[in-house]
Amino acid sequence: MRYLFKTDYGQDIDLAKHDGHRFWYGLLLTALLLAPWWLGDYGLAQLSFILIYAIAGLGLMLLAGFTGQISIGHAAFLGVGAYTQAVFAAQGWPLPASMAVAAALSAAVGVVVGLPALRIKGVYLGIATLAFGFIVEEVLARWESVTGGNAGMSVGSADVFGWKADTDMSFYFICLACSVLATLGVLNLLRSPIGRAFIAIRDSEISAQSMGIRLAHYKTLAFALSAALAGIAGALYAHKIRFLSPDQFGFVQSVDLLLLVVIGGLGSVHGAFLGAAFLIAMPQLIAAGKDLLPAAVGQAPGLQAMVYGLVLVAFVLLEPMGLYGRWLKLRTWFELFPFYRRGMFKRQRSFQKSERLK
Amino acid sequence: MGVLQILIGGAAQGCIYGLIALGFVLIYKATETVSFAQGELMMLGAFAGLVLMTVLGFPFWLAVAGAVAAMLVLGMGLERLAIRPVLGQPAFSIVMLTIGIGYIARGAITMIPAVGTETHTLPVPYAAGVMQVGGLVLGLAQVVVIGVTAVLCALLYLMFRFSRIGIAMQAASQNQLAAYYMGIPVQRLNGLVWGLAAAMAAVAGLLLAPITFVHANMGFIGLKAFPAAVVGGFGSLPGAIVGGVLLGVVEALAGFYLPEGFKDVAAYVVVLAMLMVKPNGLFGEKLHKKV
Repeated sequence: MRYLFKTDYGQDIDLAKHDGHRFWYGLLLTALLLAPWWLGDYGLAQLSFILIYAIAGLGLMLLAGFTGQISIGHAAFLGVGAYTQAVFAAQGWPLPASMAVAAALSAAVGVVVGLPALRIKGVYLGIATLAFGFIVEEVLARWESVTGGNAGMSVGSADVFGWKADTDMSFYFICLACSVLATLGVLNLLRSPIGRAFIAIRDSEISAQSMGIRLAHYKTLAFALSAALAGIAGALYAHKIRFLSPDQFGFVQSVDLLLLVVIGGLGSVHGAFLGAAFLIAMPQLIAAGKDLLPAAVGQAPGLQAMVYGLVLVAFVLLEPMGLYGRWLKLRTWFELFPFYRRGMFKRQRSFQKSERLK
Repeated sequence: MGVLQILIGGAAQGCIYGLIALGFVLIYKATETVSFAQGELMMLGAFAGLVLMTVLGFPFWLAVAGAVAAMLVLGMGLERLAIRPVLGQPAFSIVMLTIGIGYIARGAITMIPAVGTETHTLPVPYAAGVMQVGGLVLGLAQVVVIGVTAVLCALLYLMFRFSRIGIAMQAASQNQLAAYYMGIPVQRLNGLVWGLAAAMAAVAGLLLAPITFVHANMGFIGLKAFPAAVVGGFGSLPGAIVGGVLLGVVEALAGFYLPEGFKDVAAYVVVLAMLMVKPNGLFGEKLHKKV
């Protein structure tokens, strides 16, 4: 059991609360930096995908997990980022510049989507973002002069001021750098007044408003930042997958991103990474498990959708805090051994909070 | 005449949206949760009808009744097993839960060998029928859709207006706690509402089957029922049908007059415009929350 004695107000907002944090996150970062030497090529490619999805997940986490605004069309921002990157990379822009443009354009689109969010909330917002996602997908499919339409569009390798990131290893380092920066950025944001305003809005809009938080301003900001992160992820995604087509950014992708944040654990930065790892590892696990099952089940085409659905339902019903919540429980169990009680993380059942009280 | 024919075709399609949207609205009014699995329930209903008709060889009417009854039971079971335990948690959880249920339904159907991966036609007696009214040539399937929707709406209206259960449902949807104090078994009613919504979805699936086909991905049409529900005002039953028909007609007109591609997004453009202009929809009530 660790006791933290705070001797300084600065400790309240330190990113690393104690030496344990510094040690373990340092170790993690070292392991990731050395990954090309202990992981095979295939593993490295998968790890890059995890990092890319984690960045997009951080964006959605900021919006859904911390600001409480649901978005069922987040793949649209990913798509805007990816196509912007593809177009500018084809014109020979260096990666940092084109990525900045991709993020900025996604953020601008995010502001546009955020505007209705000022008037509507909850379910309506979900449907507005859903509708928006479909429209963007259709635009990507029909604007053939820029996006190549349904025939798709191929993307070259990333180019950082003349240095070509054309191997798995070099591109992995770009992904790693982006995801570390994005994580630090989000962590910093969350301990700043802006992040606190986001969380206040999530917990109660009316209380937040009466504390002087401008809802319109902060909701739009949340949408813009979230979309910008998705745009960065999209830019990396474009270079990673090398071939873009509109159906990669449809409803299924949006649901995958939601799956990521819910399974990772809504409202935790760790959750974005855990969820991304889960999302990437899942198809592999299913493929590995296929051969163990009887052929009638194992080879059926619907297996993957079925497993996704079951996992999602199981998490919502049994572990609403996601993988990160499971980890918290495990850690607390060890820390408090043998005094852990089952009820420590019990969620209070509230009566249905009506949104239409008169 | 051409325009009128397009309008009727659109209205028939819109009735399907409306029927699915009715399911959303019923559930939303009763439990303030949104079911993203409604389209998949519709798909399950269509498959249930298909299996009853082709595999078990039931006559048409019996198969329809059987499919609807099966979905009623399934809906009630779903509420009991999956929805009731998470009531009271954020709306987000339930949205994800129903998305998960949709995945499971789609996966489960696809896993059935020789049925799930194929595209089937539902052998209905009126499948290829054509009706001539004046100079109009109408597919019988479309006329049946519109007719059945009208009858269902009338039945629902009568139920909510005159039957004890309907009035109890109205009470529970206005204030669950107060209704509970008045001796209304709110939980059992919620189960019934889910059953009713699933049954409506099954009807929609059986009506849609002769127009398109029966396949595992037909549930995606449920995503167009959301805009219908929103346009009509999410908490309004007549609004759902009106919104559905409106969207169906707009889609049909967009398909005819606008370039290719607009038809698929017409519904979403309309709903975004509606949310900008009148977030509560055509028939929604404007309510303010007091602290």
